[in-house]
Amino acid sequence: MTDAPMKTHAAAPQMRDETVVIMAMVAVLAALPALGVYPYFVMQALCFALFACAFNLLIGFVGLLSFGHAMFLGTAGYASAHAAKVWGLPPELCILFGALSAGVLGLLVGLIAIRRQGIYFSMTTLALAQMIYFFYLQAKFTHGEDGIQGVPQGYFLGFLDLSKPLVLFYVVLAIFMAGFLLIYRTINSPFGEILKAIRENEPRAISLGYRTARYKLAAFVLSAGLAGLAGATKVIVSQNASLTDVRWEMSGEVVLMTLVGGLGTIFGPVVGAFIIIAMQQYLAEFGQWVLVIQGVIFVTCVLAFRRGIVGEIAQALRRNL
Amino acid sequence: MKTSVSTLALVAALALPGAAFAQDKNVKIGVLDDMSGLYADVGGQGSILAAQMAIEDSGMAAKGWKIDMISADHQNKPDVGVNISRQWADQEKVDGIFGVLTSSVALAVNGVAKEKNVVYMNSGAATSDLTNAACSPNTVHWTYDTYLLANGTGKAVVKAGGDSWFFLTADYAFGQALERDTTAVITANGGKVLGSVRHPLNSSDFSSFLLQAQASKAKIIGLANAGGDTMNAIKQASEFGITGSGQKLAALLLFSSDVHSLGLKMTQGLQFTETFYWDLNDGTRAFSKRFSDRMKNKNEPTMVQAGIYASIIHYLKALDAMGSNPHDGVKVVDKMKSMPTDDPLFGKGEIQPNGRTIHPGYLFEVKKPEESKYPWDYYKLIATIPANEAFTPLAQSTCPLLKK
Amino acid sequence: MFNISTQALFAQLLVGLINGSFYALLSLGLAVIFGMLNIINFAHGAVYMMGAFCAYFLLNVFDINYWVALILAPLLIGGLGMALERTMLQRLAGLDHLYGLLLTFGLALIIQGVFQNYFGSSGLPYAIPQQLTGGQNLGFMFLPNYRAWVVVFSLTVCLATWFAIEKTKLGAYLRAATENPALVRAFGVNVPRMITLTYGFGVGLAALAGVLSAPINQVRPLMGADLIIVVFAVVVIGGMGSIMGSIVTGFALGILEGLTKYFYPEASNTVVFVIMALVLMVKPNGLFGRA
Repeated sequence: MTDAPMKTHAAAPQMRDETVVIMAMVAVLAALPALGVYPYFVMQALCFALFACAFNLLIGFVGLLSFGHAMFLGTAGYASAHAAKVWGLPPELCILFGALSAGVLGLLVGLIAIRRQGIYFSMTTLALAQMIYFFYLQAKFTHGEDGIQGVPQGYFLGFLDLSKPLVLFYVVLAIFMAGFLLIYRTINSPFGEILKAIRENEPRAISLGYRTARYKLAAFVLSAGLAGLAGATKVIVSQNASLTDVRWEMSGEVVLMTLVGGLGTIFGPVVGAFIIIAMQQYLAEFGQWVLVIQGVIFVTCVLAFRRGIVGEIAQALRRNL
Repeated sequence: MKTSVSTLALVAALALPGAAFAQDKNVKIGVLDDMSGLYADVGGQGSILAAQMAIEDSGMAAKGWKIDMISADHQNKPDVGVNISRQWADQEKVDGIFGVLTSSVALAVNGVAKEKNVVYMNSGAATSDLTNAACSPNTVHWTYDTYLLANGTGKAVVKAGGDSWFFLTADYAFGQALERDTTAVITANGGKVLGSVRHPLNSSDFSSFLLQAQASKAKIIGLANAGGDTMNAIKQASEFGITGSGQKLAALLLFSSDVHSLGLKMTQGLQFTETFYWDLNDGTRAFSKRFSDRMKNKNEPTMVQAGIYASIIHYLKALDAMGSNPHDGVKVVDKMKSMPTDDPLFGKGEIQPNGRTIHPGYLFEVKKPEESKYPWDYYKLIATIPANEAFTPLAQSTCPLLKK
Repeated sequence: MFNISTQALFAQLLVGLINGSFYALLSLGLAVIFGMLNIINFAHGAVYMMGAFCAYFLLNVFDINYWVALILAPLLIGGLGMALERTMLQRLAGLDHLYGLLLTFGLALIIQGVFQNYFGSSGLPYAIPQQLTGGQNLGFMFLPNYRAWVVVFSLTVCLATWFAIEKTKLGAYLRAATENPALVRAFGVNVPRMITLTYGFGVGLAALAGVLSAPINQVRPLMGADLIIVVFAVVVIGGMGSIMGSIVTGFALGILEGLTKYFYPEASNTVVFVIMALVLMVKPNGLFGRA
């Protein structure tokens, strides 16, 4: 997706701008419960925001549109739910285990999927995700349609009681920020620069001597692992893991979030996730129309609004955001 | 133990009617159902309408009660159900959650209702776990469950001579439970199961599975699945000439809306169990007339929608008897368990200590097209299963609440 | 498990062939659209569904029978497709191909959502046309006449399409326009109109598959939603370079899936995806794909 604006500004003032925005974002997020916003809503949105950021790492900075990212969200969810409920592990290990499982799956899927580019890559990830979905539908430990219910929350690091909404909230915020900053560091690292070079012109990157397949695979695994981090955290918040998180609709939703916020922007996926989750929340009673509205947003974004919200703002301010 | 404590609390509450506080006569009801998915015709808008009618028919407004209702679509997703019901309890201060089709969502909401201590009356989920291993002091299960389906249909079909079975089973927890329960009933009644094939959920093509069922030479092909799977299986069985060749289909879970959608030509002769049929007696007919007049698509009510109506009627009766809303799920459920149920749709019954509402079940057979005289004239009543035989005997229930 | 009779094997092969017909028709439509527009039409499943609904309405509202619907529905839906191409898809010319995928995904959500809202989910019945009811007892199985018709008809349509594209002058223009639109335009061919017509044709093929399936499956708003993902896998396996490739892969995978349903039914809905993974590892461009 070469459409996103990606001018290389002088790095230093740019970084300073972004640091200010990041700090403002943390302050606003941390204050939300105090402002009377339902903490569970914010937590859910944060998990999806991290999921969208992980997805954006691939589409925005490597140019790979994965249409099967739900498999990583769901795999981590099941893994951490199983670890918490059946093995009785503490939450931090469950989340870690979930993220690792997603990373391993990412490695396997990545080995197959990055053999193709463009549309083929999208279709391949979609098809592999569907295969994973059917696997979870039939596997014993996922309890199929019932899902894993009543996942214990426990004590984070042994002393933070996650059954208290506010404690849970700040733990989730911390996890989100850790993931977000990792992505931020990655795209500003030499590794990130090579990824962008691959996105812009892969043959050139190859001719410069980079083994692009390895870079793409590494980015894919990182993205999968971070999507897994989001999925595992989400399970600890909602206390259940279900097939919803592995369905193709979920893969579509994360594309939508990122598209609305702005593909290839740093803050876009976060904004997009909050908008889409809020929309689902407040339109829940319209049931059947939510999908239609999502479809309309998709079409509108693609036809008239390709930069997304943050992308448009960045364009207006002539900054990378 | 728990019951006696809450009974004490109840006595205490009743002993001080309005002494310290003004009587709280506000109630908020939440209807959570599949509004758009596979079961939207079974529950959906009809569930909301049934709840509205129950509120109107209860006559509570005239007694000074203020009853609000909200509704939402759980999309058949457990996590959506959990999120909505948790938010309802936290933010909307909902007192009772009603409906909740689909076993997976039903079990998930069960946990939230207990955690938040709200009333949870399920009409629509099949899983008998709700009143066994997963039973809760906040939960009442109305309308039907897998025990009823297996027992009602399995027993009746074997007794009528259908003593060899082959199952087409949806390959997930619900299908497997249904196959297992029905198999037990079949063998207990002297029949035998010749085999089964597990098909993936939401299969569009059943021809391969039907050929295997045909080759088994079983007299009965049992459909241990639901919704679109059942309908496609029925439709394709008639295409492959299975129903014409002496083998019979037994659908274990079928709703009147499914029969309506498939048409009589395809479904004639099917036997299955339900607990409500709109054309059963004067009471059901009167309700159904009012109901279908108000439905956009003029559909008659399904048993699930009828169950929502009946459970809300009983819930409001209990509140009325308590005089004021304690906003305490366990207390209200205990009160409901202490009162016999009685409504024009399900007749007389009771709520057992494990939360199971017992009422009669009926074995129906779908009429032939030429026997159908007016719109929605679909069923013939074959047998009535008395309330005390229709559901799991208390002695067999594994509900922890029953252990004193 | 493997001691099955030849009879049962034949039966399963035949049943697989029937399902393969749908895969072939749908993946053919995708391949035709992809060849010309370079987009993957995510709305293909929704179009397939609309084809079935169209047949239903033609019968129940206008009293137009199956045979006429078989021609009329693809024309109507194809026309709708062309309108969508003109108003929306055309604006994406020159952009990354992924935007086409996203746009059609959005369209699929809208179409399926609207149908779900108006027609619920349990679906509407569509009877098998009078002339094709009943079936033949082949000895090893009972073959419904309608299913035999589906195989014969879709095979004919597939081969006719292949012939039109690979062996006629119009097809030659089409293929040339895929390779080098500017050059073909220089020869005085109206390329944008050709693109619109191609999209209409591909969409019409999906609608045709929908009409064919209406008497077999319930006509449901989501009938195409899961099917399309399988068809995507079929397309990846075959590679979209060749028309014949997509036809052959479609039928072959239908048969393979049919066999899986017999030998190991639990895997029947994953087998296509497993094969896709294997093919990608050995031949990343697909069995018939160009490098």
